[in-house]
Amino acid sequence: MADKVLMKGNEAIAEAAIKAGCMHYFGYPITPQTEIAAYMAKRMPKIGGVFLQAESEIAAINMVYGVASTGHRVMTSSSSPGVSLKSEGLSYLAGADLPSLIVNVQRGGPGLGGIQPSQSDYYQATKGGGHGDFHMIVLAPASVQEMADLTVKGFELADKYRMTSMILADGTMGQMMEPVSLDYDIAPAPEKPWATTGTKMEREHNIVNSLFLSPEKLEQINFERFEKYKAIEENEAMYEEYMMEDAEICVCAFGIAARVAKNAINEARKQGIKVGLIRPITLWPFPSAPFKKAAAQVKEIISVELSMGQMIDDIKLASECKVPVTLCNRVGGMIPSPEQVLEAIVKANNGGAL
Amino acid sequence: MATTQFLFAGFGGQGILFSGKFLAYKGLIEDKQVSWLPSYGPEMRGGTASCSVIISDTPVGSPIVSKPDVLVAMNLPSLDKYEASVVKGGTIFVDSTLIERKVNRTDVTVHYIPATRLANENGMPTLANMIIVGKILAEMNQFNMNGVNKALSKVISARHADMLDFNLKALNIGKEN
Repeated sequence: MADKVLMKGNEAIAEAAIKAGCMHYFGYPITPQTEIAAYMAKRMPKIGGVFLQAESEIAAINMVYGVASTGHRVMTSSSSPGVSLKSEGLSYLAGADLPSLIVNVQRGGPGLGGIQPSQSDYYQATKGGGHGDFHMIVLAPASVQEMADLTVKGFELADKYRMTSMILADGTMGQMMEPVSLDYDIAPAPEKPWATTGTKMEREHNIVNSLFLSPEKLEQINFERFEKYKAIEENEAMYEEYMMEDAEICVCAFGIAARVAKNAINEARKQGIKVGLIRPITLWPFPSAPFKKAAAQVKEIISVELSMGQMIDDIKLASECKVPVTLCNRVGGMIPSPEQVLEAIVKANNGGAL
Repeated sequence: MATTQFLFAGFGGQGILFSGKFLAYKGLIEDKQVSWLPSYGPEMRGGTASCSVIISDTPVGSPIVSKPDVLVAMNLPSLDKYEASVVKGGTIFVDSTLIERKVNRTDVTVHYIPATRLANENGMPTLANMIIVGKILAEMNQFNMNGVNKALSKVISARHADMLDFNLKALNIGKEN
């Protein structure tokens, strides 16, 4: 195995993307994800790839649309306000069934917000990300290694299902360094007979388009797309369970919040409180199965989020509101402390009293 | 050593992030679990800079150090801000050239190192940070040449190979003081 190196999460995403065969990157700088663009600017020219700093986020996402139409692996990255600018493009990519990878290293919002870490784009990422009925596969890394691994996975899933994968990270994940191994055995990208690569006068024209003026046809396309989404929900949900075997309290968190929650859970276990963690790795599809199980086992679920409570809705749906689901949060670029999460755990264990 | 949480803090430009990265690499080379988290954004541009480093025998949970075992304070605002957060029984390393006041806490170990003066006297004005790191490694009995050399070669790019000896010298000055 190759030596582990220390990398920032942002750099790990960039290098993993190149390893996955992404030779086209289009972006526009914004804190806290600029290292992705900087890394691509340095590496792409050396390997015959394309790095292009677009004139805006909107231009960048439309360049992604262009390359995706030709079947090549392509990506863009941004942070919260920049991703909002891309939302038109995200909808067009979905409407044309194009595979691509989008990275959102979230910062506090709404508006221009701040530059410190946040998870408040959960709704935007998991409930569509633009107009129309659509989904993106949303992957939520909780370590620098996962920033890399889920980038590779994101490209593979995007190609497999002809849709957008989004890495939903946060400022901490982007900026922190951890040991990472980028020793991948990358499977070749699948054939893309739909790609617009030139007919060579040997086949019919391929058309990539998201405009369908016949309502009957557009309805049919939507029905078929949701059949695909159903298969993804059944097959692609990923999560990690930590100390859930005998848990009477369940903490649910993703990304940086899950890291903080693990500290709190270890501390609570020392105090004899039976508490565990469910960490969704895919946010869409949301992993329902572990919550169905937890709802029959625990007395309370605590959602730890860097938002005003967005994932908590999906937890309530997945657990069918069979047990109380409470929120433990900080927002605006603040991060819950292990002590705050521990307090929520102790309170839940005492039936709501401290 | 189970888990040691370090907080480095000072002005932007003092090599706060660099010294944290060196320590993290040294941990990685010695098969420890490590994490490094900088402050970022406008803070980096001439204001206060800080970085959290965790070196552990077990997987690192949260990479955010809010209660450091070891605080490195390279300017007065940093000592003012973080002194109270150090765990009881923890250690504070103070650059006594730049910070005139003494540490108020009585339940921590304090090392005063005139790092900036020593760096200037030895013709390496930008390496006060590594003088303090040398002191940290010596105090923690972690000053081994194999780890130090390997970690230096990881954090100093080939382009700046001439800085290797200066950094090594700075670490040794810290060790001896």
